[in-house]
Amino acid sequence: MGDKRRYIIQGVFVMVGLIYLIKLFSIQVLDSTYKLAAEDNVMRKITEYPFRGLIYDRNQQLLVHNEPVYDLMIVPNEVKMKDTLRFCQALGIDKVTFEVKMEEAKEYSWVRPSVFMKMLSNKTFARFQDRLIDYPGFYIQSRTLRGYSHNSLANALGYIGEISKQELAKDTTEYYNQGDYIGISGVERFYERQLRGEQGVKYKMVNVRGVEKGAFKGGRYDKPSIPGNNLISTIDLSLQEYGEKLMEGKAGAVVAIEPATGEILSLISAPSYDPEILVGRKFGENFLQLSQDSLTPLFNRAIMSVYPPGSTFKPIQALIALEEGVIKPNENIYCAGNLVGDHAPPGYYNVYNSIQKSSNNYYYIVFRRIINQELSENTFVDSRLGLEKWNDYLRKFGLGAPVGIDIPNEKGGMIPTPEYYNQIYGENRWKWSTINSISIGQGEILISPLQMANYAAIIANRGYYYRPHVIKSIGEDGKPLPKYREKMEVGIDTSHFAPVIEGMRMVVDGGTGFRADIEGLEVCGKTGTSQNPHGEDHSVFVAFAPRDNPKIAIAVYVQNAGQGARAAASVAGLMIEKYLAGEIKRFWIEDYALRGEFIY
Amino acid sequence: MRQEKGLIQNIDWLVVMVYLLLVISGWMNIYAAVFDEENVTGIFDLLQNSGKQFLWIITSIIIIVAIFTIDFRFYESFAYVIYGAIIFLLVLVLVAGKEVAGSRSWFELGSFRIQPSEFAKFATALAVSAYMSRPGFKISKIGRFLPAAFIVLLPAALIILQGDTGTALIYSAFILVFYREGFSQVVILIGLLAVALFIMTLLVDKLALIVVIAMLALAIIIVGKKTLKRIAIIAAAAILMGGVVFSVDYFVTEVLKPHQQNRIKALINPDADPSGYGWNVTQSKIAIGSGGFWGKGYLEGTQTKFDFVPEQSTDFIFCTLGEERGWIGSFFLIAMFVFLSIRIVMIAERQKSRFARNYGYCVAGIIFFHFMVNIGMTIGLFPVIGIPLPFFSYGGSSLWAFTILLFILLKLDAHRMQLLVRF
Repeated sequence: MGDKRRYIIQGVFVMVGLIYLIKLFSIQVLDSTYKLAAEDNVMRKITEYPFRGLIYDRNQQLLVHNEPVYDLMIVPNEVKMKDTLRFCQALGIDKVTFEVKMEEAKEYSWVRPSVFMKMLSNKTFARFQDRLIDYPGFYIQSRTLRGYSHNSLANALGYIGEISKQELAKDTTEYYNQGDYIGISGVERFYERQLRGEQGVKYKMVNVRGVEKGAFKGGRYDKPSIPGNNLISTIDLSLQEYGEKLMEGKAGAVVAIEPATGEILSLISAPSYDPEILVGRKFGENFLQLSQDSLTPLFNRAIMSVYPPGSTFKPIQALIALEEGVIKPNENIYCAGNLVGDHAPPGYYNVYNSIQKSSNNYYYIVFRRIINQELSENTFVDSRLGLEKWNDYLRKFGLGAPVGIDIPNEKGGMIPTPEYYNQIYGENRWKWSTINSISIGQGEILISPLQMANYAAIIANRGYYYRPHVIKSIGEDGKPLPKYREKMEVGIDTSHFAPVIEGMRMVVDGGTGFRADIEGLEVCGKTGTSQNPHGEDHSVFVAFAPRDNPKIAIAVYVQNAGQGARAAASVAGLMIEKYLAGEIKRFWIEDYALRGEFIY
Repeated sequence: MRQEKGLIQNIDWLVVMVYLLLVISGWMNIYAAVFDEENVTGIFDLLQNSGKQFLWIITSIIIIVAIFTIDFRFYESFAYVIYGAIIFLLVLVLVAGKEVAGSRSWFELGSFRIQPSEFAKFATALAVSAYMSRPGFKISKIGRFLPAAFIVLLPAALIILQGDTGTALIYSAFILVFYREGFSQVVILIGLLAVALFIMTLLVDKLALIVVIAMLALAIIIVGKKTLKRIAIIAAAAILMGGVVFSVDYFVTEVLKPHQQNRIKALINPDADPSGYGWNVTQSKIAIGSGGFWGKGYLEGTQTKFDFVPEQSTDFIFCTLGEERGWIGSFFLIAMFVFLSIRIVMIAERQKSRFARNYGYCVAGIIFFHFMVNIGMTIGLFPVIGIPLPFFSYGGSSLWAFTILLFILLKLDAHRMQLLVRF
């Protein structure tokens, strides 16, 4: 048996050898395509960069488009430089720079193309294109950069830039190559996958003189690039621009939402910057400047800054108390004004006038009723159970955690939980009187402007919301991402909203929010003053309008501008007027808002 | 003294010559692979791969002398000890090894790197040969075969854990020695059929393949005797094949890593992945194909200087030869490997000791599989599996390991007459 098998094994050896020799004969001698491919030609792999998706505003206005730029590529192996000086002149560089760039390219690879000079200016490109034939080893590769026809919305849109080494290492799909552009912040980052499209590739035969000899194997291996999806934003560009104008000279944020859909109409962070300056060759220099600016223009205050809500927190306290049944709308509670400092005079307060006059003492009492419902005889346990309940409500209002906007790095703010107080004071070592500063929206509570606007939208909707988002349609889809189509209920009965909304109406109609009062429009709002231990208090205002079937809900923060009644209410009122009436009739308010400069 | 002289006479000089030819032409090709007109360096330049390879060659000769100095009985007596030590190193490298290109299979000692999985091949060959030469060993007895299979599969499994599936695949070369010792032909045929089915599944639509299998089964049933047993066996086989077809799809998409999927897909259809592995194979074929019949001449190649694969002087070294020496050069290389494999089988067959014969077949299998897979991938007949061409590719671990593998056999062979026949 061994002998037979021995010959079979040796036979297999010979067979494999023969098959290989035949295959080699076929590719080395018979098939001429491989020789043609190699005969003093070289193959060049050219990446076709796809068009990045465009972004439109809600009225089909172009927010972001593409502009072509040209990179000068080099293959050091193929370079035959006759007149270096003229070459340098054409490019506008000196000889030392030329040598340095040449060395860099050689270090990368002798035979693989790399970028010799990035983003030639149009002038240089035009001058250079005709002479390219004299410089074998060089060729032009085009790609696109972002362009803007306006100068607003920078923080929300974000910017694109070269992919970092770390990110390249993390990319498991192997889509990106060194030097590729990727969304770094804002919508550009969040929707990177939808916007980027798919890179294509072309294989071209090029002879030693750099003349293209056509596609390799008739383009069999080529793959066309696929453009990215266009996005339609929920942003109203003219409202956005108007809001940014109002916020000039101030630091703060404005967020406006269409309550019925959760679509963000404006997302303003002030101070901001012109998105155009983070495009192209000036990126590095400008970015450095922006990131060192003490007013932090790159910080998207609308979603990343968190403040104590101050008195704007009162409507939610009233809603929770009503739902819990610990107060009745018309139940008058006498407030002597001695429990806590107050602007409201002593007297009888109910839901309506407590909101209108912003009675701290009333909410002090209401919050005690929410926290201490005598569910346990132990006052410590009772307070914990009460705070747990209260936390549940706030979580449903989208507070204490990011609400999930489609822009990265949203901050969730802070709602103190029982666990939080346990850590500070120890379990069963704290009760209502320990934590009562949160009853009027001070203390540990922190809320972002986005959450605040969403909260206004919830009241406007009488008890539900859609997660706020800035993109309402991806590609041909016509719909936002699924998570933005999900209706979120907050668990408070619709009937409890009427008294709170009436109170908020009274704030604007003859109350502290009078600067947001617009003739013929039932604006409802609440002013707030967010205590700031570092300086002048922040001015806060939340509002929605009209009262029935609301079209806009808004939150305005103006840093260091003192009472919410002034700067914030003015800005909010003007934004509502602009959006619903289309033009501003109350010039005196506009003047007042524009004049107010609070950062200097 | 007489014995010394006898030893020299008894060495199989034919194999030694082929070995030297392969090593030297490999070395010259390594020089050519990285040769750069604009930056000429000497072949002995220690900063270049060719210079380092020269060091490996010199040290290999020292290793050969060492192998011939050690008593020939050592290799059989210490087979399990060597095997155990290597298994220990394979485990150790998983913990203390350095990760290179996704595989944790290297030890790093200063600037010196060593790959234990290369040495695992000869150690496994020694151990499995020793086990199979135990008195009363019969491969057809499942209880005897399983330990032998375990000896082979243990290092393979450890190497897979290192992330180096390519090297692990080489352990299928041990089928050769099993086959020689009487392993069932039917099982091997079924294995080959499964591989063929695997490739067919990738090539042809799943449903069409199922229909063809069903019709074939039906035809075989109709043609032959219609006993119940026969029909049942054929039907079971057909159903099993259908199962394989469906599981291949699952295997390719779910079990294989993306880069492994790409390699297999590129083999089937180079157009599917032109920028990845298909591209490498296409470039490799262009380089080899452009060599023509006579080749472009030594150091005259242009395509292999194209940097299309990072492993020009290791796994894709054949491209340089194909381009610069043409079909005629390829012919000599292939002829040398086929001759070497056949010669080793002849040497194995003339052994009196069963251990030496088994070991000879292991050596033939390992060398031939490396040759088959390595050349096969450069001409698009095998998926891209990163394993070296024996004696030819750049790399100290690989050259040393193959040298040890081959020269232990030559040492055993030189003493074949001294052995008392045990059976």
